[in-house]
Amino acid sequence: MRILPFILCLLCLRLDAAILYAGNNKPFPNITAAVQAATFGDTIMVSPGIYHEKNLIIDKPITLMGVDFPILDGENLYEVISIKADYVRVEGFTIRRSGVSSIIDYAGIKIYNRSWVAVVNNNVEDCFFGIYVQNGTNCLVANNRLKASAKTEQQSGNGIHCWKSDKLYILLNTITGHRDGIYFEFVTHSEIRANQSFQNMRYGLHFMFSNNDAYFNNSFSNNGAGVAVMFSKGIQMTGNYFSKNQGDAAYGILLKEISDSHINHNLFKDNTTAILAEGSSRIEMKNNRFVSNGWALKIQASCMEITVNDNNFIGNSFDIGTNGSLVLNNFNNNYWDKYEGYDLNKDKIGDIPYRPVSMFSMVVERNPAAMMLFRSLISTVMDKSEKIAPSLTPENLMDNQPLMKPVAL
Amino acid sequence: MRKITKYVIIDILKNKIVIGYTFLLLVLSFSVLSLEDNSAKAVLTLLNIILIMVPLVNILFASVYVYNSAEFMELMASQPLKRKQIWFSVYLGLSISLSIAFLLGVGVPVLLYAASITGYTLILVGLLLSLIFVSIAMFAVVRIRDKAKGIGMAILLWLYFALLFDGLVLFILFQFEDYPLEKAMVALSLLNPVDIGRIMVLIKTDASMLMGYTGAIFRNFFGATNGQLITSLVLLAWIIIPFWLSSIKFRKKDL
Repeated sequence: MRILPFILCLLCLRLDAAILYAGNNKPFPNITAAVQAATFGDTIMVSPGIYHEKNLIIDKPITLMGVDFPILDGENLYEVISIKADYVRVEGFTIRRSGVSSIIDYAGIKIYNRSWVAVVNNNVEDCFFGIYVQNGTNCLVANNRLKASAKTEQQSGNGIHCWKSDKLYILLNTITGHRDGIYFEFVTHSEIRANQSFQNMRYGLHFMFSNNDAYFNNSFSNNGAGVAVMFSKGIQMTGNYFSKNQGDAAYGILLKEISDSHINHNLFKDNTTAILAEGSSRIEMKNNRFVSNGWALKIQASCMEITVNDNNFIGNSFDIGTNGSLVLNNFNNNYWDKYEGYDLNKDKIGDIPYRPVSMFSMVVERNPAAMMLFRSLISTVMDKSEKIAPSLTPENLMDNQPLMKPVAL
Repeated sequence: MRKITKYVIIDILKNKIVIGYTFLLLVLSFSVLSLEDNSAKAVLTLLNIILIMVPLVNILFASVYVYNSAEFMELMASQPLKRKQIWFSVYLGLSISLSIAFLLGVGVPVLLYAASITGYTLILVGLLLSLIFVSIAMFAVVRIRDKAKGIGMAILLWLYFALLFDGLVLFILFQFEDYPLEKAMVALSLLNPVDIGRIMVLIKTDASMLMGYTGAIFRNFFGATNGQLITSLVLLAWIIIPFWLSSIKFRKKDL
């Protein structure tokens, strides 16, 4: 048993790591002083209160922990917390009122070129950028609540902004009122899971040049322009919920120049356009539900090898819209609630193909003002005659094996 | 006047065609609403049926009825009654009885299966269309003495409102493709009561689609209070003006 302390020493990296207390009537009156006194591995416990630390720079691997959410106020002038060391953990603060500038990207919490940093369980209120990860690796941003009241795109920053990073883990955050909820640029091998992003000015989630990322089980609703995924490859989008992204340029997902990606098990509800795909290739869309959208899918003729299989299309005004007659995509085995065919051999697959592009949607694509005639007798007559002899709609765009019953999802 | 209206109503409600019309609407509504589990979609199917059937039946029945009661009206005109009153009570009788038929045929099933804002709008649209097309029928019939010609005219008018007008709009749209026509479209749609009715229901059902650019213009107009006020005024005008014109003509007509 003599070796037990020795084993304990091995288990804990440093047994002499201290806990420093900051706050009123505590050894350190403010956090800056505590950070200066702290050494590698120390924990600073911050008592409740309002702290005006100007720009708090953390340049040591320490844990900064708030007790009952002490408030760090940036007075609309400063970046509130700047993390410039590895292995830093910031937890349990209310961070508010960062500076706003058109030259410097002020943030509530900003990570500078570091790895293994965790930002957990904070409230970020009325900051320009919320949490900013600049060139970070292996960082965790979890369980934060970000809230801003953006009025113009120029006067507001993104909620969680990640730039040139690798292996980030964005988990369980709630983001509202920012410009983009979550913004990724040059970020690779990262995961965005179970976040809620709603009522942001522009996009709920914005991807640019970010390869091999995944987002699971997030909810994006009521954002100015929905979700945009652009110029990336190898994206996994699974189990997300896209709803009420309404407006002329609002999309559940906007796919622009995306390739080798998977869109599975998502629910799209009440969006003006659930998915718009432009210049995208090799995308699998499987087991998604499209419910009550204006357009479920708009797949432009510039896309190829998109496979749309085993999805449910229910109550959409238009199922599929397109802008040309070239079709290099595959639309089989879906359930379409507008399908009027029959199934004589009872194999649960309709015997005649379904053409999801209606004549009228082509007319509207060419001349948007024709929307006035939507669901009128003449549009019905046009659709019916087009079904018998397709002329304007792409002849090859059809589901050869439409399902008679919705896919169980 | 009340007596004449009452007589006309009872006469029409006993009419086999009106009973058949009520039953047809009832069967259609019940089957559409009970077969479709998505009530919004059922309302849309029903809307398509109503937009075609209600104007057709109303305009045809009203014109045939007015022709058939020519002798009755002559008799009434020989009594110390004002012609305006006779004409108005015939209009009232026709529109009240046909509205009752519509309410029984569509109103009851919709209230049972799809009692929502969309459902109520649908009922309102159907009712207004009934009133409007009776009024249009009387406008057409009063100036044509020949029954066959008059009924032909009624059918043509129906065809115009249900199909030709929209075709014309589509033609204009493509001829003037290069111009911004969104606002002109709103104005154009006010020229056809069937279109107004359709858009009133669409605002409620296809809300997400209508958030697109063109749709937004419609929504801003038809969805806003001012727009709703204007559309209701226009629909009222569609009831009053044809009837008023026909009434002037009837007063001076050699019976």
